[in-house]
Amino acid sequence: MESTIIKSRNFNASFGSNHVVRNVNIDIPRNHVIAVMGPSGCGKTTYLRCINRMHELIPGATCSGEMKLNDENIYEMHPIFVRLKIGMVFQRPNPFPNLSIYDNVIAGYKLNGIKLPKAERDRIVEHSLTRVALWNEVKDSLNKKGSFLSGGQQQRLCIARAVAMEPEVLLFDEPTSALDPISTSTVEELFHELKVNYTLIIVTHNMQQAARVSDKTAFFFMGELVEYDETKTMFTNPKDNRTQNYITGRFS
Amino acid sequence: MDAKNVKYRLGKSYGFQILTYILAFACVVPLLAILIFILKQGLSKINWHFLVNVPKPVGESGGGIANALVGSILIIIVASIIAIPIGIMAGVYLSENKKSRLAYWVRLSTDVLQGVPSIVIGIVAYFWMVKPLGGFSAFSGSVALAIMMLPIVVRSTEETLKLLPDSLREAALALGMPFHRVIFKVIVPVGISGILSGVMLSVARITGETAPLLFTAFGNPYLSTNLTKPMQSLPLLIFNYATSPYNDWHDLAWGASLILLLWVLFLNIFTKIVTRKWKVQL
Repeated sequence: MESTIIKSRNFNASFGSNHVVRNVNIDIPRNHVIAVMGPSGCGKTTYLRCINRMHELIPGATCSGEMKLNDENIYEMHPIFVRLKIGMVFQRPNPFPNLSIYDNVIAGYKLNGIKLPKAERDRIVEHSLTRVALWNEVKDSLNKKGSFLSGGQQQRLCIARAVAMEPEVLLFDEPTSALDPISTSTVEELFHELKVNYTLIIVTHNMQQAARVSDKTAFFFMGELVEYDETKTMFTNPKDNRTQNYITGRFS
Repeated sequence: MDAKNVKYRLGKSYGFQILTYILAFACVVPLLAILIFILKQGLSKINWHFLVNVPKPVGESGGGIANALVGSILIIIVASIIAIPIGIMAGVYLSENKKSRLAYWVRLSTDVLQGVPSIVIGIVAYFWMVKPLGGFSAFSGSVALAIMMLPIVVRSTEETLKLLPDSLREAALALGMPFHRVIFKVIVPVGISGILSGVMLSVARITGETAPLLFTAFGNPYLSTNLTKPMQSLPLLIFNYATSPYNDWHDLAWGASLILLLWVLFLNIFTKIVTRKWKVQL
């Protein structure tokens, strides 16, 4: 039996009086790629941001219910520890524009004031950049600013930055929606590599992407988790009518 | 529409264009005129002797403005030490808490403070600092100038940081950074060029302030570095010596005016260079 890493029970999230995530129950297995899909405004991104407690940073945002990482309640941990264990990659690549490529990768340590010997830093940078298939492209320009890279490279740099912290879970918020098709496929290939060490939760607008990259898929609609199953089952034999309608393109 | 009418309209349009050129140029004229005038009056007075000597008593020719230079620099440094940290922190607060009640009041009071006449700030500093401390002092002058710097630093910091994208803050927070590190390691370094330009413009602004110093630093014909005692400064020297009946003192005032003008000019140009050079490309 596969072990569960993230577990939600009766989880709700709101912005003020706007109830955007309703009663979500989900078990996310370790070392899998989970796609979270659904139409715009269905609460998928909000749910994702609740997992590493980024949701509560928005004024007026609240949430309730149970959210556990390895049987430890995330909402009883300090948010800083939560975010060290659960990394995040955003919709638009957001490398630190004032830092070099090298420093961007090591930013989680450097900017948190964690001192590491030079050899260890070099190892982490090379390892992380290799993991995201960026090492060969940037190894000669590590001292250049991160913002000189192309959009797809920047996004992989951001993934490397998250990977460098050795988190247990990586959250992706529509990671390829700002990228061109070639960069998108490079990033998608990474997901397969990364799931060996991490659990990946990917919010996506794009059904084909969900089908291509994920092991399991969750379908959100109007704030509810409508269906959660093996991706193959979901796309070939959905149980709920709304899922059926969504994947056949009757609404989007 | 007949051809004559079109010609008339084109002529009007052309005339209006020329008018904008002339009026735009008119904005440059005052600065140029002041520069040329002060240069003509002051340049011949300035030499090494002028910079390193204190003024001579009435009747003796020569002398310099060393006491005013040193005094101005000291007073400005102390004012900066007071105003810059407070101003930057308040600016950070405003940009991080755009809608809070406190932010509303801070914004309102910095706006009003910016409009308070400098002579009023001088009087207030006199009653709050000079009277309780028992005498004129350079430090009370610094406090008065710091009050004048504060709103400029606060608002320029806020305006700079407000323009930074939220994604930057989120990137830092998602790496598990505590708030103070997000601010000091990410937000402020990325916005540093804008913050610095605000700081330098505020320094340029207070360098020439005379009114607050009349009641506080008071002036001193001798070289002094004691912050608890009266101290000379460039604008005070100009005010006192230019209104005196002695020609030698007028010369000192002209020279000091030129130095002051060059300093403000230098700060403005330097700010432009630094802002461009340190600008972080987002």
